[in-house]
Amino acid sequence: MLVTGVARQLGGRFVRRIQRDPEVDRVVAVDAVTPEHHLGGADFVRADIRQPTIARLLAEHSVDTVVHMDVTGTPLGSGSRASVKETNVIGTMQLLGALQKSPAVKRLVVKSSTNVYGSAPRDPAVFTETTPPKSLPSGGFAKDTVEVEGYVRGFARRRPDVAVCVLRFANILGPNADSPLASYFSLPVLPTVLGYDPRLQFVHEDDVIEVLRLASHDPRRGTLNSGTFNVSGDGVLLLSQCARRLGRPTVPVLMPAVTWLGSALRTLGMTDFSPEQLRLLTHGRVVATHQMRETLGYQPKYTTSETFADFARSRGPGLLPPEALAGAVDRIAALPPLRGGNLPTQSAN
Amino acid sequence: MADAKVIPFDDDRSRGGAVQRPPRRRSAGSRRGSEPAAVREVQPLPGRTILQDDVAVKHEEPAPSPERQGGGWDQRIAGGLAFLRRRLTGDYEVDDFGYDQELTDQVLMSLLRPVYEKYFRVEVKGIENIPSEGGALIVANHSGTLPLDGLMMQVAVHDNHPDDRHLRLLAADLVFMLPVVNELARKAGHTLACAQDAERLLERGELVGVMPEGFKGIGKPFGERYKLQRFGRGGFVSTALRQGAPIIPCSIVGAEEIYPMIGNAKTLARLLGFPYFPITPTFPWLGPLGAVPLPTKWTIQFGEPILTDGYPPEAAEDPMLMFNLTDQVREQIQHTLYKLLVQRRSVFF
Repeated sequence: MLVTGVARQLGGRFVRRIQRDPEVDRVVAVDAVTPEHHLGGADFVRADIRQPTIARLLAEHSVDTVVHMDVTGTPLGSGSRASVKETNVIGTMQLLGALQKSPAVKRLVVKSSTNVYGSAPRDPAVFTETTPPKSLPSGGFAKDTVEVEGYVRGFARRRPDVAVCVLRFANILGPNADSPLASYFSLPVLPTVLGYDPRLQFVHEDDVIEVLRLASHDPRRGTLNSGTFNVSGDGVLLLSQCARRLGRPTVPVLMPAVTWLGSALRTLGMTDFSPEQLRLLTHGRVVATHQMRETLGYQPKYTTSETFADFARSRGPGLLPPEALAGAVDRIAALPPLRGGNLPTQSAN
Repeated sequence: MADAKVIPFDDDRSRGGAVQRPPRRRSAGSRRGSEPAAVREVQPLPGRTILQDDVAVKHEEPAPSPERQGGGWDQRIAGGLAFLRRRLTGDYEVDDFGYDQELTDQVLMSLLRPVYEKYFRVEVKGIENIPSEGGALIVANHSGTLPLDGLMMQVAVHDNHPDDRHLRLLAADLVFMLPVVNELARKAGHTLACAQDAERLLERGELVGVMPEGFKGIGKPFGERYKLQRFGRGGFVSTALRQGAPIIPCSIVGAEEIYPMIGNAKTLARLLGFPYFPITPTFPWLGPLGAVPLPTKWTIQFGEPILTDGYPPEAAEDPMLMFNLTDQVREQIQHTLYKLLVQRRSVFF
C-alpha cells in the first residue's frame, strides 16, 4: 500500500493505524517533506509526487493500493499557494499517470472535499453526490479539488479494472485538526458576515481515518466501496451556534469589508481567509450522507455537534464561556424579586 | 388575562399559604402538571403569552408585583430564563435546512402573531383538509408585492392545526441572496424552491408550502387582482407525484389589496436586481410610512386534497397528466377565490 501526504497529521495517523490491519503487508509512506511525527513501521520515502520518480516507486514495491491524501488547502510549513496548487493538481496528474502504467494496482482512494460543491445562495439546501453545483468554485483549493476529481474520473474510465473511491469529506475537525476552519475557530473573536448564518457540517478525524481504512480494503459483504461518497457527521450546526458553544464572541462585518478584513488577517498570518472559505462562512454547505451509510456501509461515530464539542474541549474556553453565561442566567433566576422574596437558591435547571 | 390573575390568587388564599407559599413557588414548574383543576384551567391562557413575556425577561424587567401573580408568572419567568440559557449557550438543534424550531415557535411566530390576529384578522377555513401526518404539498396563490401571504399561511397552519404541524415554505432564490432575510428565512424553516429540496422535505413527511405563481403572481398589477397567473412549469406536480404526497389547494383572499400596485419602476428594479419595483398610491411617496400595508381582512381557505398516490411511478414523467393536474389545482384555487370574494362583505371588514 502506498500513502501520499504523510507529513500531515491526518496522513501520519492513517499510516500508523492502517499497519495494524492484518490485510496490509507493507505501507510505503510518501511525502516531499520528512514528517515530524513517527510513522510506525512504515517505509518512508521522501519523494515529490510532482516528479516521475513516483512511477519507479510503484513498480519497485509492487503497490496494489494507493491512498492519495496529498490534496490539501494549506501549505505545510512555509510554502506558497502556487506550490500547494501544483502539488494538488500536477501531483495528482503525475500519480495517476504512473498508476495507469502500473499493472499491479487494484485500488485507488482519493481524499477529496465537499468544497467541490462550492456554496452559493441558489444551491439546494442539501447536496447529494450527483448534485451539479450552481456556481463552480472559481479558484483556490475548491477549484483544485474539482480538477483533481476530474482527472480521477478520467483515470477510472481508462482503467476500469481499478476500484476508485473518491471520498468527499466535510470540514474535518478534531483535537489535532490543522485545517483553515480550525484556525478560524481559534481566533479570540470570530468575524462573521453580517446578515448570514451559515449551516456547517463537521466530520471527526477518527471517522476520517475509519472511512479511509474501509475504502482501502476489499469491500465488506453487502457494501460497495468504489464510487464517490460524501462523508460527514450527522446534523448541522449554525455558525452562531458554534460560536456560542465555543464561547467566542462574534463580530458581524459588512460583506464588502469582509474581503478586506480577510486579506488583512491573512497578511498577519492569523488565519487563511481564502475566498472559498469566505463563501463557506457566508452561505454554508450541507451534504447528504445516505450513500455513505447504505452503499459504503459506514456509520460515523461522531455527529456534527459531538465533533464540535470534542474540538471545543481541545481549544480551551473563549472569552464568553457557555458555562459562565449559563451561570449568569441561573443567578438572574435566583434573584429575590424573581424568586418571590425567597432566599436566593439555585434554580432548578 | 383577567382570569389568569384571579383564579390562582383565590387558590393561594384558600390554602392560606404564607407558610406554604415559598416552597410552592420554588417548584412551581415541576408541580404544575399535578395541580388541581383550578390551576390547570389557567394553563391555556398563558400558553400563548409566555412567548411575549420572555422578551420582558430579557430586559430583566421584574414582573409587576410577583407576590400577587401566583405561579403563572414564576413559571413563565422560569421558562423564559431556561430559553435564554439554551440560546446563549448554543444548546439547541437545527435541521439540515437550518430550521430552528425553538426559535420559530418561541420568537418568530409570536412576532408574526399580532399581525396575523390583530392587523389582518385572518380567518382560516378547512384546516381539517391538512393531514395530521405524512408529507403533503400545499399550493397557494401568491399576491401582495411582499410575500406576507406565505408568512400568514405559516402562522395559520402553526396556530390552527390540531397536530402541531409546521409549514415549510419554498421561497425564491432572491430570499437567500439578501442578507438578514436569508438567515431568518432558513431559521423559520423556509428553503429554496427547487425540486431537490421539496422532495427531500416531502420524503421526511413534512408539510411543504409552495406558491407556483412566483414573481408573476406577487408582482402583478392591482388591476389583475385575484386572476391566477401561469403555475410555473408544473414542477410541483411532478414532485408531489414522485413522493405520492397529496396536493392541498389553498386560496388566500385579502393579500392582494395590502399594497395596491399601480405601477412598476422597471429601470429601478433592474438597477437594484429585484424582479419588480412596486409603486403604490403611498409608496415610495410617503417613504417608509408608505410601506405599511393596508389593514385588509384576510381569509385563508385550505381545499380538498388532491390525492396523487394512485398513479404509477412513471406518471411523474407524463407531461399530459402533469398539465391536467396543474390545471385541476389551478382551477380549484381560482374557483375558491371567486367564491370567497363573493362572500366577502368588504375589503377591510
